[in-house]
Order: sequence, then structure tokens, then C-alpha cells
Amino acid sequence: MERRILDQKLDLLRDKILLLGGATEAALNRAMQSLVERDSPLAQKVLDEDEIIDQMELEIDRMSIEILALQQPAAHDLRFVISVAKITPILERIADHASNIARAALIINTEPQLKNYIEFPMMAQTAAEMLRTALDAFTSEDSRTSREVIERDREIDAAYKRVFNELLEMMIEDPSATTGAAHLLFVAKHLERIGDYVTDICELNVYLTEAAFIKHSK
Amino acid sequence: MESKISVKNLDFFYGSNQALYDISLDIPEREVIAFIGPSGCGKSTFLRTLNRMNDTIASASVKGSVMMDGKNIYASGTDVVALRRRVGMVFQKSNPFPKSIFENVAYGIRINGIHSNKADLEERVERALKNAALWEEVKDRLNSSAFGLSGGQQQRLCIARALAVQPEVILMDEPASALDPIATQKIEELVVELKRDYTIVIVTHNMQQAARVSDRTAFFMLGKLVEFNPTQKMFTNPDEKLTEDYITGRFG
Repeated sequence: MERRILDQKLDLLRDKILLLGGATEAALNRAMQSLVERDSPLAQKVLDEDEIIDQMELEIDRMSIEILALQQPAAHDLRFVISVAKITPILERIADHASNIARAALIINTEPQLKNYIEFPMMAQTAAEMLRTALDAFTSEDSRTSREVIERDREIDAAYKRVFNELLEMMIEDPSATTGAAHLLFVAKHLERIGDYVTDICELNVYLTEAAFIKHSK
Repeated sequence: MESKISVKNLDFFYGSNQALYDISLDIPEREVIAFIGPSGCGKSTFLRTLNRMNDTIASASVKGSVMMDGKNIYASGTDVVALRRRVGMVFQKSNPFPKSIFENVAYGIRINGIHSNKADLEERVERALKNAALWEEVKDRLNSSAFGLSGGQQQRLCIARALAVQPEVILMDEPASALDPIATQKIEELVVELKRDYTIVIVTHNMQQAARVSDRTAFFMLGKLVEFNPTQKMFTNPDEKLTEDYITGRFG
């Protein structure tokens, strides 16, 4: 098996998307931590570092276009470049949601602490786990795991409904909690959207490994 | 899908050396089929079995059948000259006759006695040159030597010559490999244009060319047909690992 010029470029592209995935995961985890632990400096850090993620996205875009134009990949190579090019903006959007959660944390952290709730941190944990597993599955081209992660999006959707009701009740019972609860509602919505984006990543991994389009197949 | 040519269990030998092994493949009418594979894989040999060009090699022998419109072209009593009129050929290196542009195209029409009179002959030459996308460039110098044309124009002249005798199938053996990118693009556009009326089989070493012009691609290796699939499938998700390795340049 010959080592091609293309292999070096694909390896570099793989490294870059893994770095972007890692940065996105970190942004999400920190954003949630800044909220749960009322750590506003950490929230600010998430916002400050979003620029780095944007730059990573641009770099991967440039590399993908260059490989398509100059190397004209085919078959698995082509599917890999296409998957990376499509996953990159998804990761960037997940990072944007993390930034929005961090922004919400900056506001919520100035409000009185709301009473404890159980569903919300679990939902955040599920979203973070799904993202991590989806990226691992992409790295190892394990489409079976990707399909399992897609199934877990239901958990997030169900949790979102419960959190929604929980926060609504909180607002009704205690009008002074309204500002904090309203912002938390947005946070829950961001997590729910992240679940959808992770599903998109998983579908692209199925495309990469099986050359099958499962998007919109339900 | 209507098969123009249907090949069944074809073996081909140069003397005692077997060059093709048990090839079976259906070529649909009015499609472009690309043959790809490393040098010496048998793709050109196979192309030449489709109009019995290999008959000119004394030691060559064939087993199996090549059905064209349901009749075996290797059946005894086949008129090989008539066959080659139906299945025209264009080669890697353009090979115009040392004659005028007009006479190059008119030659096949004359020897086959296709035309009824001089006006008809001129009309047929013009139509062939138009179909080969060459007319506008040569209409004012039809009586000049064909050798005065550029490489790309000479190749289109050879295509016009092939078209002039009204073939049904056109075999092209690396028709653009000696041409610059602009001339290559013209030939490729022509190939896509011609499939409205003709069935085209093209051998190419240029993978992107196969991807650009063909509807189906056949991949050959060591005299065997490894895979034959719609081109879109071949280049995004081939069935065979060998095909994948070849089209992605993993072996030379």
C-alpha cells in the first residue's frame, strides 16, 4: 500500500477536526460548569475562546476546499473530506450554543440561586456525552455507535419537555425567579438543539463509513 | 436498459497467453461507458474485441460471445468490414490520412458507397464535421491538408471521419491523452454530446475524465473485469476494495 500525498493531507484534516471537536466539547462543558457552579469568569472564558473555534472552522474549510480542488479525492477519501467539511460548521454551531449558554450564565449568576432541580443537569450531561461519543465514533468510523447516539436524541427531547414544565411551574410559583428561569429555558433549548446537531454528526459518520444517507429517512 | 452490446464469458488469447478472463458485460444503447485500469490490464484489448480489431493479430484467439443487437459478431460468416462500419474507432494518436480535410471525411463515405451524388457527399462531410464540433474551424479550408490542423483538431477530424460512415457504436482508445486541457475539454464535451445518437465506449487512463464523461465505468485488472457499475457509484462508493484502491491511487 503506497503512502500518497493525499494521505498526509487527510491525516492533517483529521487532526484539525479532532481539535475542533475537542474545543467544542470543552466549550460546552465549561459553559455548563459556569452555570451550575455560578462561575462567571469561566463563562467569560468560553466567550473569549469562541473566536479560536471560528478560526479553526475557517482553516478546515480552506483545507477541505484545497484537497477537493488539488487532490480530487474519490470513494472513501471523498466521503471523508465531504463529512469533515459538513461536520465542521455543525461543531462551530454547537460552540455558538455553548457561548449562548455562557452568556445566559453571566446573567443567571447575578440572580438569586434558584432552588435545586434534577432534570436540568442530567440533560446537560446527556448532551455532552452524546457529543463526546459522536466524535469518538467519527474518529473510529464506528457507525453502529453513531446509530445508538442518534437514538439518544429522544432522551434529550423528553428531558427538554420535562425541564420546560419544571421551569414553567417555578415561574408560576415564584415570580421573583422569572428572570433566572426564563434564561434557563433558553439554556435548555440550546441543549435540545445541540442534541439535534449531534444527530447530524452521527448521520454524517454513517455516510462516511457506509456511504448511506440516513438523514430524513425516518 | 436496452443492451447494444452484450458480452458473455469472453476469453482472449495472444498465442498461449491469456489476456482476458471470462468477461461478461452489457453495454446499454446511447450511453458512455468508460474502461479504466492499470496499463496492461486488458482494457484496450477488450475494446478491440468489440469490433474485431484484434483479428488483424495472427496469433489472437477468442472464446465466448459478443452479441450486438442480439447477433454474435464472432459467428462465422460475419462481415467484418460491415461490422467495423457499425462500430467505429478513434485512437490515442490522431491519424489523419495525408489528404485534405474534406477527403479525410469523404473517404469512408466513398469506399462504402454511402452517398448518392456529389451534393450528398458534401452534405454528409459537412454534417460529420459539424457533429464532431469542427465545422466552424475548418469550413473555409476544407481543401487544405489535414496535417495543418492542431492536435486537438486532428483528433476531432478523426472523430468526424468515424461519424461520416454512420456508425452505431464508437470505440475511443484514449482519445484525449495527447491533447492539452482545452482540446481535451472539447473532446469530452463532444463525447457527452454524441451519446444522444451513439453508444460510446472510451478507454482512459484519466480517472477524472472517466468520472466526467461516462454513465458507467468498468474497472479491469490483470485481464479480469473487477467491477462494472454506474460511474457515480464507482467514484463515491465502489463495491470492490480493489476498485477503491485503484481510483484513489493506492497502487500504481
